[in-house]
Amino acid sequence: MTTLPQSDIAIRVLRAGPLALLQDRGRFGVRHLGVTQGGPADLYSWAWANRLAGNPWGSASLEITFGGLQLVAERDLDIAIAGADLGATLEGHPVPLWQRVRWSEGQKLTFGTPVSGLRAYLSVRGGFAAPPAMGSVACVAREQLGGFDGHGRKLADDDRLSTFKPGITAAPGITQAPPHARPDFREPPQLDLLPGAQIAEFTGRSLFDAFNTWWRVDDRADRMGVRLAGPKLQCRIRSLISEGINLGGVQVPPDGQPIVLLNDRQTIGGYPRLGALSPLSVSRLAQCLPGQEVRLVARSGESVLREYRAFLASFAS
Amino acid sequence: MNTGSVTTLPRLESAGLDGWMVRLFDSIEETNLPWITALLQRCESAFGTAVVDLVPSYTTLLVVFDPVQLSPLEAQQKITSLLTDLTPEGSSGTSQIHELPTFYHASVGPDLERVAEHTGLSVAEVIACHSQKTYRVFALGFAPGFAFMGLTAPQLECPRLDTPRKKVPVGSVAIAARQTAAYPTATPGGWNLLGRTSARLFDRKREGFSLLNVGDQVRFVPASREAFERSGGDITPMEACQ
Repeated sequence: MTTLPQSDIAIRVLRAGPLALLQDRGRFGVRHLGVTQGGPADLYSWAWANRLAGNPWGSASLEITFGGLQLVAERDLDIAIAGADLGATLEGHPVPLWQRVRWSEGQKLTFGTPVSGLRAYLSVRGGFAAPPAMGSVACVAREQLGGFDGHGRKLADDDRLSTFKPGITAAPGITQAPPHARPDFREPPQLDLLPGAQIAEFTGRSLFDAFNTWWRVDDRADRMGVRLAGPKLQCRIRSLISEGINLGGVQVPPDGQPIVLLNDRQTIGGYPRLGALSPLSVSRLAQCLPGQEVRLVARSGESVLREYRAFLASFAS
Repeated sequence: MNTGSVTTLPRLESAGLDGWMVRLFDSIEETNLPWITALLQRCESAFGTAVVDLVPSYTTLLVVFDPVQLSPLEAQQKITSLLTDLTPEGSSGTSQIHELPTFYHASVGPDLERVAEHTGLSVAEVIACHSQKTYRVFALGFAPGFAFMGLTAPQLECPRLDTPRKKVPVGSVAIAARQTAAYPTATPGGWNLLGRTSARLFDRKREGFSLLNVGDQVRFVPASREAFERSGGDITPMEACQ
């Protein structure tokens, strides 16, 4: 008989900030029901935060967008923050990112505003504890699924958050990410795009423009999708009969401005697509602030697959 | 619709590192569904643990696989072999007919009059027209358990509202273009509301979660106010739901 790991209140929310969401890997096997995937918008940084905190792959972390969150520890905790630099401080002192840190009982952890990147991942050793909804705790407010209450409620002031109690032995594994593993989110990224079926339907200069433009990340960007602003792309097809959309799909509505679809996208849709970004490029795009510039680079499946498999293998527990 | 392509169907299209779009048809027909659900079931058993998600819709099946277990090429070969001698799911198969008790009334179906005006039918004819046909579920999307069904009779064709409502009550039965649906949760919506069903369309605690699945057959059965309430329906008028 398996026993559930014990969980206990570990953290109190002093100020919830604009958007902090509980995220495990996401919901799978339910997309045919119209249930979105959820999960960390930046899978890469989420995976690192968990690894550095000594957690297995798939543990639930807090995805903190923009900052503004203030928490206090109600017992001694080992944590790691990876992803965006949101000016986090512990009792007023800057918290080193991409490494394991001790957060002692009573200390305040405060997130400020974005210094670089957009989303930070806070992992606590043991992992956050919440009741799974349809197999996942990933918080999707629109679908009333996941989060600490199981019904998609965002973090609120005075919430008390539980974590699973880790074993008494010291957490194994590395405690610091090597410098080369820490992305510089201020650099304009090159995003890998695997061309899709409608790519030949883009006319005139559109294909040249798609891959030779510095696209600007629009302020209409959230966990459903990120709009890119630039030259108007023309496609012979204005709309398709609605069909399933995969993560990273780059759809082009009639206004000619591409939208990259992220974790909380609608499960089906009917706009023609240039193709789909690789999972790691989706992660990278999720760290771009409005106004930042990105480039789309057409890539073949084989090379992108090699990189993605190497990433997953390095995190396999 | 011009798809700009002369390639024959079915065909496989790349849908990213871990996905293939299987395009089986190029127009919306109720007869598409038994083929699509047959392929879905084949993929389920043939891919085993390597399948991540299978998303059927109107004319396509999106196959999302685990890229650690399978390369895109391996997945492509697997799907191609499953297509070679595909036969449609028989009418005696798993697809059942769901009967959704529906209270058609202006208090819970505020667009009945509008639809009658648009179509030139009387309200009674609109109701009869909508409830006489057995529909197929083409796709689930927009919200958990939201089933796009059709096709409605041509004389019932009606455009969406110009301005969507901010909140459509749970169970609302609606039409738009030649499709019909029932809202499993209170969401924004731009379809024409004809009434309300007491059927519980989505339940996260239920095995399978959604009452309706792609390929299922559905009938809306007119219910009196009393029968609707008895079966758990909520008669709170539309105006009070805002």
